[in-house]
Amino acid sequence: MTKQDRQSASTFTPVGATLIAWFSGVMLVVLFLGSFMVGKFDISLAQLVSVIYAWVSGGSHNLPPVVDTVIFQIRLPRVMAALLVGAALAAAGATYQGMFRNPLVSPDILGVSAGAGLGAVLGIFLSLPVVGVQLLAFVFGLGTVFLVYVISRTVRGHDPLLVLVLAGVVMGALAGACISLLKVLADPYDQLPAITFWLLGSLTAVNLHDVASILPLILLGLVPLYLLRWRMNLMSLGDEEAQALGIDAVKMRIVFICAATLITAAAVSISGIIGWVGLMMPHIARMLVGPSFARLLPVSIMLGGGYLLAVDDLARVMADIEVPLGILTAFLGAPFFLWLLATTRRGWQ
Amino acid sequence: MKLAIHRLGFGYPSKAVGRDASLALEAGEVLCLLGPNGSGKTTLFKTILGLLPPQGGTVSLAENDIANWSRRQVAQVMGYVPQAHAAYFPFTVIETVLMGRTAHMNLFASPSKHDLAVAEQALAILGISHLRDVIYTRTSGGERQLALIARALAQEPRILVMDEPTASLDFGNQMLVLDQIRALAKTGIGIILSTHDPDHAFLCANRVAMLHQGTLVRLGSPNETITSESLKLLYGIDVNVLEVGSHAGSSGGAVRVCVPTLGTRQTS
Repeated sequence: MTKQDRQSASTFTPVGATLIAWFSGVMLVVLFLGSFMVGKFDISLAQLVSVIYAWVSGGSHNLPPVVDTVIFQIRLPRVMAALLVGAALAAAGATYQGMFRNPLVSPDILGVSAGAGLGAVLGIFLSLPVVGVQLLAFVFGLGTVFLVYVISRTVRGHDPLLVLVLAGVVMGALAGACISLLKVLADPYDQLPAITFWLLGSLTAVNLHDVASILPLILLGLVPLYLLRWRMNLMSLGDEEAQALGIDAVKMRIVFICAATLITAAAVSISGIIGWVGLMMPHIARMLVGPSFARLLPVSIMLGGGYLLAVDDLARVMADIEVPLGILTAFLGAPFFLWLLATTRRGWQ
Repeated sequence: MKLAIHRLGFGYPSKAVGRDASLALEAGEVLCLLGPNGSGKTTLFKTILGLLPPQGGTVSLAENDIANWSRRQVAQVMGYVPQAHAAYFPFTVIETVLMGRTAHMNLFASPSKHDLAVAEQALAILGISHLRDVIYTRTSGGERQLALIARALAQEPRILVMDEPTASLDFGNQMLVLDQIRALAKTGIGIILSTHDPDHAFLCANRVAMLHQGTLVRLGSPNETITSESLKLLYGIDVNVLEVGSHAGSSGGAVRVCVPTLGTRQTS
């Protein structure tokens, strides 16, 4: 990194970016497998390998049945959920950042997570089935991002970045107040504990059915993001320039925001509000492979999945009781955001 | 390809800026638009490009009204060079120039080898191949302007619309850009540009249009239109238009220059 000073460390050749992508992929696989071994019940690498071998070959192994139970019933849903939720939040964050031409926005800063959270809490409050909870999460998330965008476009005469962030804070606070209201109204023996625990942001109660229910939604959101990856780059130029270069910026914006919000809502509906992942991971990915969405999106996804796997492992082992994931990501994310705020000049000039 | 606007009204939904603008631009011609701050130059350009809907009148390319053309169709014919500005994300110069290829790519496509070749060719034409992998946000104002021109060239346009391409450039870079404008026009591209410096119109334009309070008040050759009287109307200052001896770059040998007199600005 020292020899090209004018072009600096972040002028990655495509070869360097490819290497970084491969490295992130390998790290992700290692974390994924390693996460099966972390927790109250010790599972050794040898045990994991023989269980996987038995599963792949359809044969059997001579380990106690409890090992099977821990791996397939307890750890597999959690590991899958951490991977999916982390990847989803990071992908949504990368999209919102490009869309709003701003490296400081993310699903939580924009209030989308809180809005989707309100929808999900309302769903729990109304005792809706899982699909209903997800639908409400999506509708409320979309409504929130729409309002934040409208506010940031309407309020003139201030720094647009400030207005955007403040609008997100305001909408997040409003959603938080509505959530509190629902908690007051909720049945204190049945619904309230469910809502409260869910809001903390945790994967403890996740089962494979939950994971299976959000996987198609997340893929549905990711497919248009990946297919339109080149056009995403142009969106970061601003509407008029993007249009002058031949794309319909209004339609593109609707597609991208709907896709990112769908992904966020799907993740929030099973994990609760897990903040900061969607801000940090795309940012780190951009520092590693540059802003081009074709590289940024996959690397963000891998970093997001890997990060949440690692944080969830930490949540399992750091104390006698389980620390909810949302608390840990906030402890790690808040200082990161402050650092960004201090070092990012507006417009990356 | 001929660009023609006929009795065009232009402005924003809440505020009309100008009306009844008519002019035509032939292939290979350089038309220079002069007008004071706030006269509506940028608004007129945005309306020509279809970024703002016309408030009456038509914009046509090769005799076809473009009102119902898609963004992509317009972008395949007309390139736009906005004023150099801050970028939001640290794309490299080649990535920025490749964005000009979008109108020639399918909806889901990424740039092909051919697109890359066209973009590199555009860099070469403007003499900035050495900036290929430099981050756009770290280039100088002149380099950015050239990169934006390269991006518009990568569109392979027939018409180039340039909004104050010489603004914020040093003297040398201004002439570099004017040289490029003349060279591009020789390849058959029709160019319409705005500038604040009437001397630039003498140097590079075939025709001059003058915009005053939203109305095109003069249209003709530089020598006909750029006079003490018209500059007084546009800018409210006394200007002597002088002819100086042989000038290496000009076709006729002599070239005209504008020499303003200080202390004559009228605040009307």
